[in-house]
Amino acid sequence: MTSFYQTPEPAGFTGIRSWLITFDHKRIALLYLFSILFWFLLAVTLGGLIRLELMFPGKTVLGAQMYNSVFTLHGVIMIFLFIIPALPAIFGNFFLPIHIGAEDVYFPRLNLLSWYLYMAGGIVAIVSLFSDGFPDTGWTFYVPFSISTNTNVSTAVFAAFILGFSSMLTGLNFITTIHKMRAKTMGWLQLPLFTWSLYATAWVQLLATPVITITLVLVVVERLFNVGLFDPARGGDPILYQHLFWIYSHPAVYIMILPGMGVISEIIPVSARKSIFGYKAIVASSLAIAIAGSLVWAHHMYTSGMSDTAVFVFSLLTFVVAIPSAIKVFSWVATLYKGAIEMTPPLLFSLCFIYLFSVGGLTGLVLGAAGANIHVHDTHFVVAHFHFTMFGGTGFAFFAALHYWWPKMFGKMYDFKKAYIAAILVTVGFMLHYVPMFVLGLQGMPRRYYDYLPQYAAGNFFAGFGALFMIAGIGLMMVNLLTSLARERTAAADDPWGGVTLEWTIPSPPPLHNFAKDPEVMDYPYDFTKVAAVGPGAAPMDPETGK
Amino acid sequence: MTAHTDPTGKKLGMWLFLYTEIVLFGGLFVLYAVYFAGYTEDFIAGAKELDLFFGVVNTIILLISSFCVAAGVTAVQKAHYRIALAGLWGALACGAIFLVNKYIEWGHKFAHGIYPGSDRLVDGPGGQNLFFGLYFVTTGLHGLHIIIGMTLLAVSLVLVTRQKITPKNNAMLDNSGLYWHLVDLIWIFIFPLFYLVV
Ligand code: HEM
Ligand SMILES: [Cu+2]
Repeated sequence: MTSFYQTPEPAGFTGIRSWLITFDHKRIALLYLFSILFWFLLAVTLGGLIRLELMFPGKTVLGAQMYNSVFTLHGVIMIFLFIIPALPAIFGNFFLPIHIGAEDVYFPRLNLLSWYLYMAGGIVAIVSLFSDGFPDTGWTFYVPFSISTNTNVSTAVFAAFILGFSSMLTGLNFITTIHKMRAKTMGWLQLPLFTWSLYATAWVQLLATPVITITLVLVVVERLFNVGLFDPARGGDPILYQHLFWIYSHPAVYIMILPGMGVISEIIPVSARKSIFGYKAIVASSLAIAIAGSLVWAHHMYTSGMSDTAVFVFSLLTFVVAIPSAIKVFSWVATLYKGAIEMTPPLLFSLCFIYLFSVGGLTGLVLGAAGANIHVHDTHFVVAHFHFTMFGGTGFAFFAALHYWWPKMFGKMYDFKKAYIAAILVTVGFMLHYVPMFVLGLQGMPRRYYDYLPQYAAGNFFAGFGALFMIAGIGLMMVNLLTSLARERTAAADDPWGGVTLEWTIPSPPPLHNFAKDPEVMDYPYDFTKVAAVGPGAAPMDPETGK
Repeated sequence: MTAHTDPTGKKLGMWLFLYTEIVLFGGLFVLYAVYFAGYTEDFIAGAKELDLFFGVVNTIILLISSFCVAAGVTAVQKAHYRIALAGLWGALACGAIFLVNKYIEWGHKFAHGIYPGSDRLVDGPGGQNLFFGLYFVTTGLHGLHIIIGMTLLAVSLVLVTRQKITPKNNAMLDNSGLYWHLVDLIWIFIFPLFYLVV
């Protein structure tokens, strides 16, 4: 059967050009894959530069102004161009329709438009680099600095605006697709958990993104027309900007993490040959996170001058959101218990995810507690915390998803040994990089400073080595995956991991039309009785022979 | 093979999108609420300075336009294309009149030295600066939405003329109509907030 790579091409639009006008969700997913990887690697390079600058006291490679621009660009790219879109736009686009037995998303053209908006947003962000200097505000664009600085904030804000629009349209598309295009025989509790997590995410995207849209519009309006809505000298209230910003941006961290949790919920049961523990609890906790997570935004503002009552309420609510996240972690661990575990690269990444994300979550409670927060606010403790959740969480889920679905998307298997080495390098480097930052933060080293006092020199020096290992690991992983595309001998089986969701019932790579005939929907999406009957370890293929 | 998409999904998608538009303006309304609580007197004084006449006329115009759009949508369902075209033209005309009115109204304010960053606002009481600041931002954004809505209606109009929109295939017109009603609805909130707070 011919795969979707051999789609018939309209005259005049052959080769690469046929991809630029495609409405096929699988092709759009690959467009996203390569563009997102590009931005990710660029931002990793910028992260490395930040680290290099901080490795030694005093000026090392970047000046102070340059440093501000680099961490802003690093943050903007990582947040708006990598971590928010990565899992939904790549793997959601590719697998959501297949998971529900559909041919495509409900609005294929809107899907392509979202990709173009994504690219436009990236390009606008780069344009702001080359005129008047890149913004030095950090990715939060806090007023009053963002309104008074002479750098090109308007352009960068406009880029974030376009990217928000793109992510919102993807969410809208997914909700409609799940409601309207599920296979006739598929009820809500037969959806795979990745699809469930995308559903919850899509709602958060839709509910929260317009708030950031209007906030960014207001920044631009203030810069252009100087209205004074956030200027205390003219009656305005600067803290209102922070409220509007975080009403979006805290829910946005759940836009980042929920799909990651969905990926892990797919990989764990498949690797343990065991039905997932607490399917309904995981579904419910996704929705609970989406709802409760929208109510805690002001825990970023304990030191901004809110009333004590507000601090108390937001602190309490923040502790409440930890519960549904913990439910998921317990469910994953319980699924592994007494499972027939088959170690694979995706599983290794998933296990690292569980550990790193738990550390990130627990340190989040330190930050959620108002008293402790006041001590470590805006220090490197915060930087370490959000890298543990965003990078150790979503980033690792992204790596796991890459290794889990790569064989399905490309029909090629990568080298397991290199994948293991890369996973270990990234994880060890990660710990060496960010654990010293917790210590530095507790000692009082502020974030967003390009230089520091002598007592912070040792910690920063060690962290630099960690970053080096981490970046080397990412490099190895990329090389391993990309070279697999070139080699013929390692074709992937249709179901290399012994998975049972619908994507594993069709060829690798999938044909142009996902399903030749109506797919057979299982009563329960994680029923491994058939796979387990063959015996644990029988299903996965040998990475050398591909059989 | 669920390749066929049913038309209700298109409406569902549009409703979800309209929801995001409401939240977008909702952000401005939240600012309004907070500042109104802080500067009630100034807001009342500001409202007195707005021209009620223009506000009322524009409200009526938008209500008429909504009627025209609704008539157009229904007419297409019954394949009465002439009536549909008349409705759409009517709505477009109303939109244009609305914008002209807004232009004149803003012009008067500018002439009185009331515009963002003007000396009068900057040196005057903070509450009035905020009232007019919000007034210009909110009505400006709403005006932009009127233009977007008119564009959608114009596209639908062309498609009706070319017989591309038919009783069976009228999602584009339906959705443009929904959008127009929403823009109208948002004005129904803006009008009392800014013109009638006394
Ligand atoms: C090789 C990988 C990475 C390195 C070496 C790195 C390094 C750093 C460092 C040292 C900072 C601190 C800037 C400061 O506060 O002074 C920073 C900030 C930040 N990083 Fe990373 N990072 C990496 C990966 C990531 C990833 C994967 C994400 C997103 C998921 C991310 C998101 C951010 C954000 C949002 C900031 C805050 C920028 C700001 O304060 O405005 N980073 N990074
Ligand atoms: Cu938060």
